Amino acid sequence: MALFAEFGQTLIILACVLGFFMAWGVGANDVANAMGTSVGSRALTIRQAIGIAMVFEFLGAYLAGGEVTSTIRNDIIDPALLVDSPELLVFGMLASLLAAGTWLLFASMKGWPVSTTHSIVGAIVGFAAVGISPAAVNWDKIWTIVASWVVSPLLAGVISYFLFRSVQTLILNSANPFANAKRYVPFYMFGVGFLIAMITLLKGLKHVFKDIGVSMSFAECALYSALFGAVICLLGTLLLSRVKKDEVADRFNRFASVERVFAVLMIFTACSMAFAHGSNDVANAVGPLAAVVNVVKTGAVAGKASMPPWILLLGGMGIVVGLATYGFKVMATVGKKITELTPSRGFAAELGAAATVVAASGIGLPVSTTHTLVGAVLGVGIARGIAAINLRVVGTIFMSWLITLPAGAALSIVFFILFKAIFS
Amino acid sequence: MAIGNPLHNLFGKSPIKPLQEHMTAVVQCAEALQAFLEASIADDWVAAEEVYDRIHATERRADELKKQLRLHMPNGLFMPVSRSDLLELLSVQDHIANQAKDIAGLMLGRQMRIPEILQDALKEFLGASISATQQALKAINELDELLETGFTGSEVTFVEELIEQLDELENRTDILERNIRHQLFQLEATLAPVDVVFLYQIIDSVGELADLAERVGGRLQLLLAR
Repeated sequence: MALFAEFGQTLIILACVLGFFMAWGVGANDVANAMGTSVGSRALTIRQAIGIAMVFEFLGAYLAGGEVTSTIRNDIIDPALLVDSPELLVFGMLASLLAAGTWLLFASMKGWPVSTTHSIVGAIVGFAAVGISPAAVNWDKIWTIVASWVVSPLLAGVISYFLFRSVQTLILNSANPFANAKRYVPFYMFGVGFLIAMITLLKGLKHVFKDIGVSMSFAECALYSALFGAVICLLGTLLLSRVKKDEVADRFNRFASVERVFAVLMIFTACSMAFAHGSNDVANAVGPLAAVVNVVKTGAVAGKASMPPWILLLGGMGIVVGLATYGFKVMATVGKKITELTPSRGFAAELGAAATVVAASGIGLPVSTTHTLVGAVLGVGIARGIAAINLRVVGTIFMSWLITLPAGAALSIVFFILFKAIFS
Repeated sequence: MAIGNPLHNLFGKSPIKPLQEHMTAVVQCAEALQAFLEASIADDWVAAEEVYDRIHATERRADELKKQLRLHMPNGLFMPVSRSDLLELLSVQDHIANQAKDIAGLMLGRQMRIPEILQDALKEFLGASISATQQALKAINELDELLETGFTGSEVTFVEELIEQLDELENRTDILERNIRHQLFQLEATLAPVDVVFLYQIIDSVGELADLAERVGGRLQLLLAR
C-alpha cells in the first residue's frame, strides 16, 4: 500500500507513543487500585508493593495477557469488512488509543472513577460502528464483554464472600485462631499458586506452546499447577514459621497475631492481583498497538498473527514508568484510606478479584480490575467483615459506565475522521 | 486524581472506635460521681464543684464525639450492623453521661447532705451502678473483636456472657435501691420534707444509671442478633 510505504514509520511511531501513554495511564492509576489493598492493610510497604507490581504486572501481561490482547485487536471488529481498506483499521486503532487516553486524562483530572477497559472498548466500538459501519462490529462479542462487566464484580463478590466465610469458620471462630491460622493459611497459598499456574498453562501460554510444539492435556496442566502450588505453599510455610505470637499486641486486640499470619498470605495474593491485572489491563494499551503494527507491517488485515514480544515489553515498560512517576502517589493515597481493611479481609477480597480477573483473561474478556475488586470488597462486607462501606460508590461506578462508553466512542469517531483527513 | 478513585471512596470511617471512645468518656462521667459523693459527704463543696466541672467537661466531650459520629454515618453506609441500632446505642450511651451530670448538678445546687445512716448504703449503691456502666463499657470494647470475627461464633457467645453479667449487676442495684429506699422511708419523719423528696430523686437517678447501662447491653444484643 502506498500509504503504508509513505507513512508506515510515522504510523508505527505514533501508535507506540499512544500505546505507551495508555500503558502509563494504567500504571499511574489502575495498579494503585490493585495494590492499594495490600498497602492499606499494611501487609506491604509502598516500596514492596511497587516492586511486586513491576515484576508481576509484567509477568501477567507476558504469560497470560495474550487472550485479552487478541480480543481487543481482532475480535471486537469483524476484519472481513476491512480487507480492502486496511488503513481504516490503523486509523481506527490510533483514534481509539488517542480517544481513550484523552478521556482517561480528562476524567482523572475531574476525579471520575472511569475504567481503562471501558474507555478502550467504547472507543473501538465507536469508530467501527460509525466510522466504518455498524456491521463491522462483532456485536455478539460486545454483548459478551458487557455482560462480563456485570458478571465479574458479582463473581468476585461471591468468591470473596465464601473465602471470608471459610476464614471465619476455620480460623477466627476457632478455639485457637493463631494455631489454626498457621495450619490453614498454607492451603490458601496453595490455592493462589494453583490458580495462577493453571490459567497460565491452560490459556495464557497456549500460543507459546504452539510455537515450540508442546501440547499439554488438562490433566498435565493440573499436575504441573498443583506442583507449582505446592512450591508456593512450601515457601509460604517457611515465611509463616517466622511469624511469632505477639502477646503485647494481643492484649489490645486478641486477633493481632492472627492478622500477622494473614499479612504473609497477603504478599502472595498481592502478587496474584498484580499478575491478574497485568494479564487483563495491559491488553488495553497493547491490543490496539499490536493491531496497528501488524497491519502496517504486512499491509493486510490478518486474522491471527503472532504478537511481537517487543510490543508487550513496551506495554510493560509503560506500566512500570507510570507506577514510578505517578502510581506510587495514588497508591499512598488509596492505601492510607483503606486501613480499615485488615489482612484477613484484604486477602479474601484480593484473591476473589484476582481469581475472577485471571479467569476472564483466560477466556479473553477485558474486564475492569477496579470494579471487580469493588465487587470483591462488597462480598466481604456482606459476610459482615467490614465496618463501613460507602454504597454510593456503586452508583458512581454505574454512572461512569454510562458516561465512559459514549464518551470514548464519540472521541474516537472524531479522531478517526481527523486521521482519515490527515493521511489521505 | 485519587478523589474519584472508587476504591478510595469505598471505605467509610469505621464507627466502632468512636463509639468505644464515646462510651469510655461516658463511663468516666459516671465514675467521677464516686469522688463527688465523697466530697459532698465531707461537706467539701469546693472539691465537689471541681469534680462537677470535670464531669461537665467530660460530658461535653462525649457530646462532641456523639455529634462527630452521627455526621460520619450517612445514609448510604453499608455496615455489618444496622445503622439505626447503632445510632440508638449511641443515644443510650449518651444518656448515661447526662444522667451523671444531672445527679452531680442537683446535689451541688442544693448542697445536699446525705444523712449519716444512709451514707454507706448510698456509696455501695452508687458503686454498684458504676460497676454496671463499667461492665457495659467492657462489652462495648468487644465490638472490634466482634467485627474481626464478622459477628459470628464464639466471640458472640463471649459478648452475650458479658451482657448476662451486666444484667446480674443491674439486678443487684435493684436490690440495693429497694433497701436504701426502705431506710430512707424510716428516716422520713426526722428529715425536712423537701430534702426527702430530693433524696428519693437522687436514689432514683443512681438506679437509672444502672438501668441505662443495662439498656446499652440490650442494644448491643440487638446489634448481634441481625
